[in-house]
Amino acid sequence: MKTTAEKEITEVTTDSISYRFKVKSSGLVPRSLALLAVIIIIAILAVIMFNIFLDGIGIISWGFLTQPPQQGMEAGGIFPAIFGTVALVILMTVAVLPIGVLSAIYLHEYTSPNSKITRLIKIAINNLAGVPSIVFGLFGLGFFIGFIGTGIDSVFLEGNRPVWGQPAIIWAALTLSLLTLPVVIISTEEALRTIPPELKDASYALGATKLQTIRRIIIPQAMPGILTGAILSISRGAGEVAPIMFTGAAYYLPYLPIKLNDQFMELGYHIYVMATQSPDVEKTKPILFGTVLVLLVLTFLLNFTAIFIRSKMRRRQISA
Amino acid sequence: MPTGARGRTPSTISINVKLMEKYRFKQKSRAVEFLGEKFIALNAFIAIIAVLLIFIFIFKESIPIFTSSDVQKEASLHKMMIKQVYYEGRDAKWSWQPNSDVPKYSLLPLFIGTLKAAIIAMLVAIPLGVGAAIYSSEFSSKHIREIIKPAIELFAGIPSVVLGFFALMILATPLQKILGSTFRLNAINAGIALGFAVIPIIFSIAEDALTSVPRSLREAALALGASQWQVSLTMVLPAALPGIVAGIVLGFGRAIGETMIVLMASGNAAIISGSLTDSVRTFSATIAAELAEVVYGSTHYNVLFFIGTLLFIFTFAINLCGEFVLVKLKTRLQGEY
Repeated sequence: MKTTAEKEITEVTTDSISYRFKVKSSGLVPRSLALLAVIIIIAILAVIMFNIFLDGIGIISWGFLTQPPQQGMEAGGIFPAIFGTVALVILMTVAVLPIGVLSAIYLHEYTSPNSKITRLIKIAINNLAGVPSIVFGLFGLGFFIGFIGTGIDSVFLEGNRPVWGQPAIIWAALTLSLLTLPVVIISTEEALRTIPPELKDASYALGATKLQTIRRIIIPQAMPGILTGAILSISRGAGEVAPIMFTGAAYYLPYLPIKLNDQFMELGYHIYVMATQSPDVEKTKPILFGTVLVLLVLTFLLNFTAIFIRSKMRRRQISA
Repeated sequence: MPTGARGRTPSTISINVKLMEKYRFKQKSRAVEFLGEKFIALNAFIAIIAVLLIFIFIFKESIPIFTSSDVQKEASLHKMMIKQVYYEGRDAKWSWQPNSDVPKYSLLPLFIGTLKAAIIAMLVAIPLGVGAAIYSSEFSSKHIREIIKPAIELFAGIPSVVLGFFALMILATPLQKILGSTFRLNAINAGIALGFAVIPIIFSIAEDALTSVPRSLREAALALGASQWQVSLTMVLPAALPGIVAGIVLGFGRAIGETMIVLMASGNAAIISGSLTDSVRTFSATIAAELAEVVYGSTHYNVLFFIGTLLFIFTFAINLCGEFVLVKLKTRLQGEY
């Protein structure tokens, strides 16, 4: 049987006219065009970061990070937005991490990669990753608030005021957890692939069952990948605005979200409302740029950490 | 061979009492194993259930458009697609004005707006994304690649609300001066920022396709006397082309569905025109801007969910096609005909 390479060589030799290469040209043009694309992309990244850093750094202070907004967002800080964002992503991680990790384990340990069920689940994951974020927002409103929340209220509630059937941090977090599920599954799967099969064999040889092997060998070994998935999903979740704008985010609240059915302030939503609906953009501009800088630094730090952990994991895979 | 670092490579297991204690497994019942597997499987099915639920719950809210005659008086499929005469004696036209005295729900202005922004985004993202992918996989040294790839990952990590903010506050004014346009926020402004969001998608899929072209193919061409770049352009690029196209298609799906950037940077005026310097209103931005104010269960509410259903079906189809092409390409390049 011929391999691909042999087939290609046959094709190339029989079709030698189309593959007769000129010797002279040095290839400078394609190479420089490709390099230009890279330079432009890095320049765009630099311009975005430079502009936001330059206009935002002036206002960053301890007070800005720890005080609530004052005088209609024209003074004070953004503490409630930071607190809300952190609370939101913690709730989201608690929901998404076990589901994502167990899904990846099921796909990698319990099914063969070509089985129908694996392919179906993979299609679902890829599509979930491609659904527009605003559609997740609609779903959160229709399903979590309109169906689950209102359902709970209709069973347990005597009064007229909705307790769960209204925008709340728990519904926003659950909506985001569906949005970030593919991120967790994909990074965990990548980590599972790096585990040497000998480790599993050794575990079985010692008399461990499949479940014990998963708990004591596979999950600890896959930890870097699970961590990467968690960090990337937090970074993604912290930056998404469209899914939370109808499911729980509020522009200004005099209290912090401490109950699961409270509304909350959030950095991304804060940026959106301040940038588009502020009555006096010039007055709120420093705070606006400061908020963007905080969000950008937060997501960059998370992404850097994830890239770092993953590159260490890949090096381990190569040396193993 | 490297040993010692973790000491758990099977060939180097030494008898270690402590290690044996750590890995002495208790006997467990079959029932626990069975239930454990079922529980793990249940989690894996959540992805499938989620996709189904998303479709059901979004479509459910748009059903009155097909069934309720009250809703159809204002917004039937026919009325959303075809020119309508809204005031007697005036010309028929397409118009999106859901809050006027005579609510108008024509989807055409939104469709044109979405298409304008997405096409400009693709014009920005295709050359940059594909070009950078070619450079990264074909022309760069390993060290340079280790700078390019994390840089583009960081790019991908920029939240879309920050890109929207950038276009609204920083890009729009100088761009308006260059274009000499009447509208400060227009299709080009939104499209450029949207392109920034699409670049990383095209880059990563195209780069993946290019690097998975087998070495033997390159070596065959090199042996025939081709130079490095000739190999890249005449052998590798055509072989990876389906993957690059899939990347472009998936990027287009993202451009259609992306919300925050167009909501902040496009001007949000539902105008039908051929000009790229006019403001545009896209499907996604319409949902984001109007859903907060609509009455629950009203015609307007149903129409917004109908737009959501359209977005869902469109991106679903695009993803299915993209994945299909990528899987086919992978198996072909690995020589499994």
